[in-house]
Amino acid sequence: MAKLKLKTHVINREWCKGCGICVHFCPKKVLELDEFEKVVAARPQDCICCKLCELRCPDLAIEVQTEQD
Amino acid sequence: MAVRDYIRERFFPHIWCPGCGHGIVLNGLVRAVDHLGLKKNDIVMVSGIGCSSRIAGYLDFHTLHTIHGRALAFAIGVKMSRPDLTLLVPMGDGDALSIGGNHFIHACRRNIDMTAIVMNNRVYGMTGGQFSPLSGHGTMATTAPYSNIDQEFDVVTLATAAGATFVARATAYHVQQLPDILEEAIRHKGFSVVEVMTPCPTYFGRKNKEGSVVKMMDNLKTGTTPIGSKAKQENPSLIERGIFVKKEMPEYCAEYQKIIERAMKGM
Ligand SMILES: Cc1ncc(C[n+]2csc(CCOP(=O)(O)OP(=O)(O)O)c2C)c(N)n1
Ligand code: SF4
Ligand code: SF4
Ligand code: SF4
Ligand SMILES: [Mg+2]
Repeated sequence: MAKLKLKTHVINREWCKGCGICVHFCPKKVLELDEFEKVVAARPQDCICCKLCELRCPDLAIEVQTEQD
Repeated sequence: MAVRDYIRERFFPHIWCPGCGHGIVLNGLVRAVDHLGLKKNDIVMVSGIGCSSRIAGYLDFHTLHTIHGRALAFAIGVKMSRPDLTLLVPMGDGDALSIGGNHFIHACRRNIDMTAIVMNNRVYGMTGGQFSPLSGHGTMATTAPYSNIDQEFDVVTLATAAGATFVARATAYHVQQLPDILEEAIRHKGFSVVEVMTPCPTYFGRKNKEGSVVKMMDNLKTGTTPIGSKAKQENPSLIERGIFVKKEMPEYCAEYQKIIERAMKGM
């Protein structure tokens, strides 16, 4: 399978509760919580599109869209 | 995949606390259903009462939010009248194994085709952190301020002994396996039990000084191991996850249909 290429992280700020699960378990440390305790993709260039953040989010607040989707 | 196709968006953000593992179960379940290609109209979700049971309100299937401990009784009624439908029965650990313990073992014994999901956070979340039959010896709870002296049930062993024909354990940390296990459980023709270990940071976490939900998720990672791993032999305290039982047995609705046919002939 071809390497997935990131299009964007779709973040729903209304739904994100700032639990930090996606931030902590991202293997590439792409994500951070901002001053409002909402997730932001701080280093999108490092993302390997594993989608673990999307699968682990208890609030369905983050989606990883790739060029292949 | 479009998660939004399966949820009732108008009720989001959901009511669960930040980091509540019940949301991760919802996340995994949606993916399992999508992968199975099931139509929303062919699925009935029946839940009882508890934080966990609120999952039924968030999913866009046919849903029944019933009474504490009795989700399986309602689900059996639905399945007996409409065996063609797919039944999903999410339950809390208290819901499934304290008040609902009797329904649980007998549903296992009958091998009726449905999927029971025990969302095990080892506590009564909704009512304020009382211990449950899954909290375990030495844990703290609002009703055990000097520590709990009750031993816990092992859901997998209990369901197996009671006769469930599919028995598995997953965790909210292992999110790549979670949808796969749920999918296989739903596919199985018979009574399937999937225990999902999930964190309740608000009550179990706080009372047991487990720290943040991130730490609790980390404990699910380090405290569990695949069935039959070498790590388990070296460290017997690790909890095994995976599919423990998968066997064919006569299914209840199919057997009941035979009885109907026999009775009709006798008339
Ligand atoms: C017949 C009955 N008894 C007791 C209750 C109170 N009650 C509501 S939820 C609950 C336990 C919740 O714990 P659990 O099933 O583990 O679900 P969780 O909230 O942890 O997801 C209890 C005792 C009730 N609603 N109905
Ligand atoms: S897809 Fe993977 S690498 Fe990219 S942000 Fe999510 S967890 Fe990190
Ligand atoms: S896991 Fe979800 S709710 Fe938690 S911080 Fe990340 S996006 Fe927000
Ligand atoms: S009390 Fe516990 S189980 Fe209930 S929503 Fe909060 S974290 Fe989840
Ligand atoms: Mg519980």
